[in-house]
Amino acid sequence: MSGQLVAAEGLPWPPSVGDFYPPDLAGPWVTKFTLMIWLAVGLLIIFFMATYRNPKLVPSKGQWMAESIYGLVRDNIAREQMGKDGIRFAPYFTVLFCFIAVTNLFGVTPGLQISPNSHIAFPIVLAAITYVMYLYIGVRKQGLGRYLKQSLIIPGVPWPMHVLLIPIEFLQNFINRPVTLAVRLFANMFAGHLILLVFTVGGFVMLASDNVFVQVTSVFSFLMAILMAFFEVLVALLQAYVFVTLTANYIGTSLADGH
Amino acid sequence: MYVAAEGVEHHPLVPIWQELVIGSIAFALLCFVLLKFVMPRMEAMYQARVDAIEGGLKRAEAAQAEANQLLEQYRAQLAEVRTEAARIRDDARADAESIRTEILAKAREESDRIIAAGRESLAVERQTIVRELRAEVGGLAVDLASRIVGESLADEARRKGTVERFLTDLESAGAR
Repeated sequence: MSGQLVAAEGLPWPPSVGDFYPPDLAGPWVTKFTLMIWLAVGLLIIFFMATYRNPKLVPSKGQWMAESIYGLVRDNIAREQMGKDGIRFAPYFTVLFCFIAVTNLFGVTPGLQISPNSHIAFPIVLAAITYVMYLYIGVRKQGLGRYLKQSLIIPGVPWPMHVLLIPIEFLQNFINRPVTLAVRLFANMFAGHLILLVFTVGGFVMLASDNVFVQVTSVFSFLMAILMAFFEVLVALLQAYVFVTLTANYIGTSLADGH
Repeated sequence: MYVAAEGVEHHPLVPIWQELVIGSIAFALLCFVLLKFVMPRMEAMYQARVDAIEGGLKRAEAAQAEANQLLEQYRAQLAEVRTEAARIRDDARADAESIRTEILAKAREESDRIIAAGRESLAVERQTIVRELRAEVGGLAVDLASRIVGESLADEARRKGTVERFLTDLESAGAR
């Protein structure tokens, strides 16, 4: 059936991984995805520079918005996860949060319609920074030996258990953490885009059907696409929040003294 | 668009290395600019605002405490003044009472004195009158006796006439 429909309409149906790799615009360096990254960087720099060029104690609307984002990350993420020590990381967390949120929201931005984070390269970059950060901070704060001991050995456990626990803890702290961080963000954006494709393209495919009943049913497909677009906005912000919260949490455990 | 048409098969979990580079550079640039030029001012502003708000709260608290203290003070003063006023009123009442009784006592004394003086002068006058009368009556008696003796005692009719005349004289003298 699907093959028939694609032939009829010329739409890529069903949606596939290939939809995430549009043709390069000018070689592998200039693609829709890299341009979107530059766009996000440009937008954020302009936004913060414009709203914070001349900050006042009683803020303007723009300044208030910028400060609200900063305040959210500072108080609800950094301080919540890391206590008072977290506040000095709040600036980086804010940048990270804004960058992820904006690039995620590209997924529901008309004209762009896809998040750069649905290419795993970008989540990998961000997760790698978090990874290096929490390892470096842990080693610098506690020394390599103590940091490893703290990360791998759970106190108060009979020693034979360590045969089992040390590999698990190692996997948990040094491999799963960065991998899940990157994959979680990537997969959410990937799946989100796929869902929107299914309902939007599916709607068009149904509309192009010869069967009147199938054509009428396409309305539900479009309604679902709209609903999912709103849902994607929520997911976009939530994933940014989760990514930054976990980053804060990991750095927090590196700073903490012992378990 | 289509995988087959593209001819390039990407596994979604394999990153494109150019994107890794671009992502790193772009994000590093973003971090550099924002962390250097924006975020420190934002934290400073945040602190300034916290200070301003906390300072304001503290000032408000201090002002409130001062106001409370003043109110307490005024209340205490008011209570003091009230008791003072009550005391003064009681004193005045007591004073008035004592003055009234004093004046009454004085008046009574004065009236007693006046009455006593009146009585005394009356008694003196009576004494004087009695003394004068006694002298006069004595004189009169002597006068009468000498007259009676001077007339013939045997002459009843004349004696009667003499007494008669004496009394008439006495009356006329009283009338005069």
